[in-house]
Amino acid sequence: MKSYAIFLGCTIPARQPNYEISARKVLEKLGVTLVDLDNFTCCCPPPIQSINLESSQAIAAYNICLAEEAGLDIVALCNGCFESLAMVNTALKNDKELKAHINEVLAKVGKEFKGSINVKHFLQVLVDDIGLEKIKENVVKPLSSLKVAPFYGCHSLRPSKLLQLDDPERPQIFENLLEALDAEPVEYRNKLKCCGGLLKGISDDTALELAREKLVNTTKAGADCISTLCPFCFVALDIGQLQVKTKFNEIYDVPILHYSELIALALGVNPDELALKSHKIKADKIIEKIA
Amino acid sequence: MPHHIEKTAKSFSEEVTCRHGGETLTACYQCGTCASSCPVARLDARFNPREIIKLSLLGEREEVVSGDAIWLCTSCFNCQERCPQNVEIADVFYALRNIAIEDGHSPNIYSDFASALTAEGRIVQISKFVEKKREEYGLPPLKPVGLDSLNKILSATGFTKPEKTEEKR
Repeated sequence: MKSYAIFLGCTIPARQPNYEISARKVLEKLGVTLVDLDNFTCCCPPPIQSINLESSQAIAAYNICLAEEAGLDIVALCNGCFESLAMVNTALKNDKELKAHINEVLAKVGKEFKGSINVKHFLQVLVDDIGLEKIKENVVKPLSSLKVAPFYGCHSLRPSKLLQLDDPERPQIFENLLEALDAEPVEYRNKLKCCGGLLKGISDDTALELAREKLVNTTKAGADCISTLCPFCFVALDIGQLQVKTKFNEIYDVPILHYSELIALALGVNPDELALKSHKIKADKIIEKIA
Repeated sequence: MPHHIEKTAKSFSEEVTCRHGGETLTACYQCGTCASSCPVARLDARFNPREIIKLSLLGEREEVVSGDAIWLCTSCFNCQERCPQNVEIADVFYALRNIAIEDGHSPNIYSDFASALTAEGRIVQISKFVEKKREEYGLPPLKPVGLDSLNKILSATGFTKPEKTEEKR
């Protein structure tokens, strides 16, 4: 089976052991090897692109070069890392002028972007590379009674021209994965809209309102939990519920689970091994439903 | 002075379009698809992507680069997906923000991001406590960050740390 260079980024190792643990356990169960490479840096996501777009592209390209040298495709767990790296990977593969320019910069640190690897979202590795059939075969605890609201976040899908993960208006890849686990994907209003995460510290009220409408709409749709692909969406919706309680006096109590956590549970990983304690909204009622 | 206004207008549009990300600005025909696709414009009267593009096209440089509006884009790319003229709107906002930062305008949080990036190679700091916890969780130790290379690339591309200002958040 294939090996990948795992790109952890900043937020996951700093704040979300639950995402990393579940992702590693799932891939181990499915026979995929992850390689932790030296010298990866920040991917340079939107906040850094906002300061200097060219610096951000060059640093993303530097990180891609490290994986090229190791001869490995990159798997990114975070939507932000996936977006930053995949955008630059596709752009440089298609634009000779930009590639030449970035390579002039990279020459200063002894690197050259060649365009020899792919940058994949963890979801793509699961669905496209490993395959839903293989995942189905390995499910020992089907999530049959679970209504799950899939939350894609922005940077798994858009800009679709460069990311090429799925149709940006009517994606199905996440729903298909949930169905492979025997869960029921739930449709809800504003499913593809932003969680507000990137407005934190800039316009906190708007950020919280964006998170709140997802809580309102998934609750109306009867979801048992929301499943996220991105650490920023996870925080916006998990810790966001505490902030919504304080500001609006509303309690939703809807657990947020990364898709990797749902898969790990379906593949029979012991919940005690998944650092579920790091969730602000406890996932106990979900664990009970699955058991 | 009409002559002066016209000259300024032309130069700001050009200033944006010759930048990385800003190339597609002038294709906008003000249909408003961006504004109706925007999750923020519904909630926050200060932000309307069509308006920012219009002001940029009209050469209202000062209003655009020193105002709050350009910082309220969440970079969700909904507008960019739907623009019938293929204006890369979110990328145009990156170009506008890059200009604003060179001019000394940005919310203070960007200074924090830049400090963390240049000092640690990451924009979110990882505490020693969290790093130690990895072993307990059965996670492999974190690999070293390529901080030297990162800082060389930043200086080769003219990255300057945005300064904090008193009156801002």
